[in-house]
Amino acid sequence: MDRRSEMHRRERRRYVIGYGGSLLLTIAVFSIAYVFGIETKGVYLAIGLLGLAQLIVQLVYFLHIDRRRSSREDLDLVLFSTLVLLIIIVGTVWIMGNLAVRMHTIPM
Amino acid sequence: MKRAPTHSYPGLNLGRRHPGADKASEVVTFGFWVFLMSDLVYFGLMFAIYITMIDAQAGGPGPHELFDLKSIFAQTLILLTSSLTVGLAMLALKYNLPRSRIVLWFGVTLVLGLSFLVLEIRDFVAMADKGGIPQRSGFLSAFYGLVPLHGLHVAAGCLWLIVLGIQLRLMGLTDLLMSRVVRLALFWHFLDLIWIGIITIVYFGGLTYG
Repeated sequence: MDRRSEMHRRERRRYVIGYGGSLLLTIAVFSIAYVFGIETKGVYLAIGLLGLAQLIVQLVYFLHIDRRRSSREDLDLVLFSTLVLLIIIVGTVWIMGNLAVRMHTIPM
Repeated sequence: MKRAPTHSYPGLNLGRRHPGADKASEVVTFGFWVFLMSDLVYFGLMFAIYITMIDAQAGGPGPHELFDLKSIFAQTLILLTSSLTVGLAMLALKYNLPRSRIVLWFGVTLVLGLSFLVLEIRDFVAMADKGGIPQRSGFLSAFYGLVPLHGLHVAAGCLWLIVLGIQLRLMGLTDLLMSRVVRLALFWHFLDLIWIGIITIVYFGGLTYG
């Protein structure tokens, strides 16, 4: 009984940590946008990296995906889907960007 | 393949206290995870279209005129909090807390999900008032293809919460229903992940490059 409530506390803390971390990252992203304005590529890079960090925090603390052996197959699936996704997105942006340059809709 | 008993499917596992539901969840939850990843690829395509369309504004209103970051901030906090409450509902289920506790966290999640949708629809109406309608430009078509798609997923999640809440009331905590709660929690967390992509790429990306 005691062990059970101990486990419960630990798992609840995991969710609360994930929530706190995501909250901090969200507030950081919006403060950066508010303070520095969203015009330069440097600011956007910072926002993008914080977004990536938040994705990882939520995958680990909410979805319980990590490098433990027992959840390795889930991680494999996430990584493979991400690979497919990156091929789709990078490929599309590359080809369409190249096309736009050749059609002179955006300057070289 | 040998699996450790503590973790046999994505998300929070029900564990030894619910052997039936845990077993019932193992295969279907992995299958559901496969569905979520294919849904992710679908969202990825919409993201790719949005990125290529960001300059195709055709003289219409662009991100700077249309996006309201205050509302986006509120929506982000609401969706993030609902991700926590759906997790707490899962924990209440796993540790056999009174059923009223599960219903409470389900209710809070539902209210948060609906508030998110209300704010999002208000944003769309405000955008339409400024001339930001889907047929105005390629950029707006791509925007309306992506963001409401996420909203539609949230609406489906809300409907799922209601149906599952009624089922829990009528049938009690059967193994089948517990395994459905596991998948609902997974779906809900996934929607929050997509939303992070949307604020980063659609809103901040749009404001930076649009």
